[in-house]
Amino acid sequence: MITHESSGTIRNEREELELVQGRFRFVLVVMLAVFVLLGWRFGTLQVGEHELYAARADDNRIRLNALPPNRGLILDRQGRVLAENRPAYRLAIVPERTPGLDETIERLSDLVPVTAEELRRFERQRQRSRRFESLTLKSNLSDEEVARLAIHRHRLPGVEIEPYLTRHYPHGELLAHVVGYVGRIDERDLRRLGREQYRATSHVGKTGIERYYEHLLHGEPGLERVETNAQGRVLRVLERSDPVPGDDLVLSLDLELQQAAYDALGDYAGAVVALKVDTGEVLALVSKPGFDPNLFVHGISQFDYSSLLHHHQRPLFNRFLAGGYEPGSTVKPFIALAGLEAGTITPETRVFSRGWFELPGHSRRYRDWRRGGHGWVDLELALAESVNVYFYQLAAELGIDRISRELALFGIGRATGLDLPGEITGVLPTRSWKRATFGEPWYPGETVITGIGQGFTVVTPLQLAHATAALAGRGTTAPPWLVVPTESARMVEHADTYWDAVFGGLEAVIHGRSGTARAIARDLPVRMAGKTGTSQVFGRPGDQDEADEREHDELPEHLRNHALFAGFAPLENPQIVVVAVAEHGGGGASVAAPAAARVVRAATELDLLQAGEQP
Amino acid sequence: MNAVMPRPGFGPTPRWRLDPWLLGMLVVLLALGTLVLYSATEQNIGMVWRQSVRLAMGLVALAVFAHLPPRMLRLWAPWIYLATLLMLVAVLLFGVGRGAQRWLDLGIIRFQPAEAMKLALPLMLAMLLDRRRLPPDWFTLVMASVLIALPVVLIVMQPDLGTSVLIGASGLCMLFLAGLRWRLILAMVAALAAATPLLWLNLHQYQRHRILTFLNPESDPLGQGWNIIQSKIAVGSGGLTGKGWLAGSQSHLEFLPEPHTDFIFSVLAEEFGFVGVASMLVLYAAIIGRGMYMASKCRDSFGRLLAGTLVFLFFVYVAVNVGMISGLLPVVGVPLPLVSYGGTSAVTLLAGFGIVMGLYSRRRFMG
Repeated sequence: MITHESSGTIRNEREELELVQGRFRFVLVVMLAVFVLLGWRFGTLQVGEHELYAARADDNRIRLNALPPNRGLILDRQGRVLAENRPAYRLAIVPERTPGLDETIERLSDLVPVTAEELRRFERQRQRSRRFESLTLKSNLSDEEVARLAIHRHRLPGVEIEPYLTRHYPHGELLAHVVGYVGRIDERDLRRLGREQYRATSHVGKTGIERYYEHLLHGEPGLERVETNAQGRVLRVLERSDPVPGDDLVLSLDLELQQAAYDALGDYAGAVVALKVDTGEVLALVSKPGFDPNLFVHGISQFDYSSLLHHHQRPLFNRFLAGGYEPGSTVKPFIALAGLEAGTITPETRVFSRGWFELPGHSRRYRDWRRGGHGWVDLELALAESVNVYFYQLAAELGIDRISRELALFGIGRATGLDLPGEITGVLPTRSWKRATFGEPWYPGETVITGIGQGFTVVTPLQLAHATAALAGRGTTAPPWLVVPTESARMVEHADTYWDAVFGGLEAVIHGRSGTARAIARDLPVRMAGKTGTSQVFGRPGDQDEADEREHDELPEHLRNHALFAGFAPLENPQIVVVAVAEHGGGGASVAAPAAARVVRAATELDLLQAGEQP
Repeated sequence: MNAVMPRPGFGPTPRWRLDPWLLGMLVVLLALGTLVLYSATEQNIGMVWRQSVRLAMGLVALAVFAHLPPRMLRLWAPWIYLATLLMLVAVLLFGVGRGAQRWLDLGIIRFQPAEAMKLALPLMLAMLLDRRRLPPDWFTLVMASVLIALPVVLIVMQPDLGTSVLIGASGLCMLFLAGLRWRLILAMVAALAAATPLLWLNLHQYQRHRILTFLNPESDPLGQGWNIIQSKIAVGSGGLTGKGWLAGSQSHLEFLPEPHTDFIFSVLAEEFGFVGVASMLVLYAAIIGRGMYMASKCRDSFGRLLAGTLVFLFFVYVAVNVGMISGLLPVVGVPLPLVSYGGTSAVTLLAGFGIVMGLYSRRRFMG
């Protein structure tokens, strides 16, 4: 059909229809192709690659949160709490809900003191976290601070007072070196302990029982599978396994005896160790001065740390475990046993003490502590009066090898294996040790002074206590322990008459007429045996006499000798061993023996001498 | 039977001009779309209600436009086009909107002139092309090019790349349907390829960024690449049968950007799986197929070109949106027609289908 349009052109309707319909067909084919392409695309994504995208969708939405377990408590043998988890409050800020973060922090610091260190830590956290996570600005708020914040809360949007559990040591410095402390977990701890178990944990044991038994105290973290949105906010908990709290640990320690031992040293720095002879249980374990372990839980301030570090009595130093002392005369009972065993002496052997001893062919004189000597002495008197000449001669006759062998049997030069970190071994003097250490042979003069516990021998108070326990148990005792009991074992074998002879001498130290520690006898509720000792700080080994002693008292304190005492009670049926070391205490008789006596008296009053007796 | 038969020569008779097939499929689409929207808006009854009101308005517009006589459309076309063009200028001067100025605030309603252009340009072009014989001569082509270029440039300036692509595509589609010679088409393609660098330089920074991240989404997984990656995860994790209505984790945990507008098809894909996607694509294909059939049956070239272009526009919407959410096309702001939340485009699209139905109802019945 031909029509005339307004433009006047002649148009062929049928031609146009065919032209347009041809184009329509073309467009339809294109459309169909596009739909097929889209369908194929969705088939690929939804059927072909479904697994891949399903996994990515789950990764998107599901997050695992670890839940921290409650740390086990640490208790003394009577169940008294030595380390606990105390509810505390911390000041936290959620940046997302805090308009004007900087002004808010400024306003907060008017209410509670915020240190530069706390601010730095806050900034570090902030860079690592998402905006809706709550960040700690200040932990361990005081009640007063909590109250002040609560009053002003309405002016501080996004600021929260969060409750949490913090480690607390109610007895502070008394047990600092035994219980230890926890501190913020760091990269080294994570590597040592494993990241998986500690994902939710903020504090770990750094020293003492807290560190040694970290694996028991920590517990198992719980796990939460949570669904989060794209911003990471938790929407719901899909699954939850509760954390398993750590084990409570019961120490062999007795809190009251510990306190008595701590007080017994008075103002002296030093160590006190009290063991049960038959079981090796540690009843008291003191290193004095202590420090407040609570300072370390929340991160100790630079000032506090540096004053602890530079204190002249070194409170951070664990004396019973890492303090190496010359045993001095406390070694004499062991030398005597070696002599008896070797047949070098009998209990009746008498030696004349004229005040000094010389090795044949040597001019050096090794002195008695009493100028002019003790005259004729047998073993009992030699021990009671701590006659050096008797032991110089005995040592010289025994030779270093037999002495070393005897000392080794009593555990000298070997860590006791107490369940605390950081124990040192001490030094057992032997020929091979000297060659390895100094590249020199052993000289006879060194044997002589080894006989009175001077020279190379180094023991820790704990080692000395263990050796004394072996002595008290006539060769049988168990290694010391705080948490996990040890097996009792026979360490040394000697004839009963030898033990009797040495025990007699040690009894005479306290109960004899001329014993070096006879002053403590009237204060003792039970009969006790023991030995005083002096650990030299200044001066030549063996060069000591009464005159020196008098002059010694004039010396400035830090140059005075350490006072030692090692004893056990009751004499007839030894139950408890006490070792006391008073640094710069002068002679063992004056400071250390009374301290040990006070511990024995306290133990008696606390019924510790009878309780725990093995059936 | 006789009541519905046209009576040539007796003038327009009042009659029901709606196509039951097309209308039926559109209603099914709207119903399914509302279902998906309910999920995509986090079960926000308020939003679903507002959208339903708009869709109802759209259906009214469909009915109204179906009953406008084609002669009237032809007569008004230049004025409608001119008015819309002026509004586009006004948008640039007084428009409102975040980032891009797209809306005119008319007090009671906020109005997107670019949407009206989707009807105005095809009307104008159909009128122009039908004034002379097909295929178009040079004069008509130059005129048509100017008429297409003006709104496209104005909309790019807003800037709204998606809509300008849609409008430009509808204009070119009309020229193609009008019988533009293949030689010219090839020449245009070549010219476009040559102009691409120039076009690139004139794009906004964010538009360039979008195209670059489309080419490699993993280069910026938390920024611009996020949308494409998360959309593909939503689609892929839906699997064959989907995670179930209201149960899509990507959609509901805020991983998916704009789940109720541009990315609503991802919600459908995640919750109803490939089965849902295929059904939806078949429904769209059927609507488009029916529309093209109706367009090809129109009485004259004006009707065929206008109806064909309007259906083609609808197709471009579907292809661009679905291509985008499946990562085949860059992220351009094109909603899924009649399903995405948003009023103006639904009303224009339904009005367009009204025009198609009106033109079809006036077809000539040939033996």
